[in-house]
Amino acid sequence: MISIWLIPGIIVIILIIATVKRVPSYEVFVEGSKEGIQIAISLLPFLLGMMVSIAIFQASGAMGAILAFFQPLMTAIGVPADILPLALIRPISGTAALSVTTELIRTHGPDSFIGQLASVMQGSTDTTLYIITVYFGAVGIKRMGDALKVGLLADLAGIIASVIIVIILFH
Amino acid sequence: MVNLIWALLAVTGIVFAAFNGTMEEVNKAIFSTLDEAVMITLSLTGVLVFWLGLMKIAEAAGLLEGLAKLFRPIVKRIFPDIPDNDPALGYILSNMTANMFGLGNAATPMGLKAMKELKRLSGTEEASRSMITFLAINTSSLTLIPTTVIAIRMKYGSVDPTSIVGATIMATIISTLAALMIDRLFYYKRKRTLKI
Repeated sequence: MISIWLIPGIIVIILIIATVKRVPSYEVFVEGSKEGIQIAISLLPFLLGMMVSIAIFQASGAMGAILAFFQPLMTAIGVPADILPLALIRPISGTAALSVTTELIRTHGPDSFIGQLASVMQGSTDTTLYIITVYFGAVGIKRMGDALKVGLLADLAGIIASVIIVIILFH
Repeated sequence: MVNLIWALLAVTGIVFAAFNGTMEEVNKAIFSTLDEAVMITLSLTGVLVFWLGLMKIAEAAGLLEGLAKLFRPIVKRIFPDIPDNDPALGYILSNMTANMFGLGNAATPMGLKAMKELKRLSGTEEASRSMITFLAINTSSLTLIPTTVIAIRMKYGSVDPTSIVGATIMATIISTLAALMIDRLFYYKRKRTLKI
């Protein structure tokens, strides 16, 4: 509900303050937004390249094979294996993760343990590979240092945290 | 590293498809993804143009500076390399605020702008310390109200769709703190190896 009011609210506040401070708002808007076109265009090659690689990997069935390989390990440590596809795909592809979450909620029910876990995991992590591609691609960062390692380790922390918290809160 | 991952994903996929008989699916996936990437970029263009325009007004009106001043004690600790009152701080903060409220569409343009400002500060094509920290915060997700997930839960008839909000906030806080700590750890490791 709040989100419906949030964006119009932000727009109104910015425009009122700008007008009071005698900022030529429309001219400044146009000037600032031109930068958006440049960023978007410079983004396309990075985004497209990464998306194609991920699509090949998924469509070939290689992703599924990796999941099948890890599944016994998960069951052994007491975490439902059904959640594994989500945990593995969340850092790689946002749209794929969302469809996995939807599928888990649909088959197991939103209020089941797996449904809750999928919801929390989806909400508390983000697509690291997409963010790195987009953020570094748009400004032309070639050498990314430890960014990927840090991002993936943070994902792992988020995934482990979701599992522990959901077990404590809902079981 | 990304070069390796990129090549590895595609090569493994194609080799796997060769043995697995899924080459047709791979072909289809390649060309549908091309369209999808252009569509995503196009829809991002609208969002980028709009929010960067609006944020330029906010910057001209001194709002971003105000935001930066307000949160300076916290942000200064997280980003010690950014000079006081630099516009980069304002964009970083608006990105984080938008993320917290689940306004992903508004968060990306401000994050990109923040990266641009950080690049201006570092002046190289190499990721700077602040850039890596900023990225770590973003990848760990800052969402306090996961609207998309709540919508899915509603659609499949949850008794209490928002029951996961508290757990999500807790997990988000833990993953963000972990991201900051991991980031620091790697930073000090880099600094040590540089000295030797």
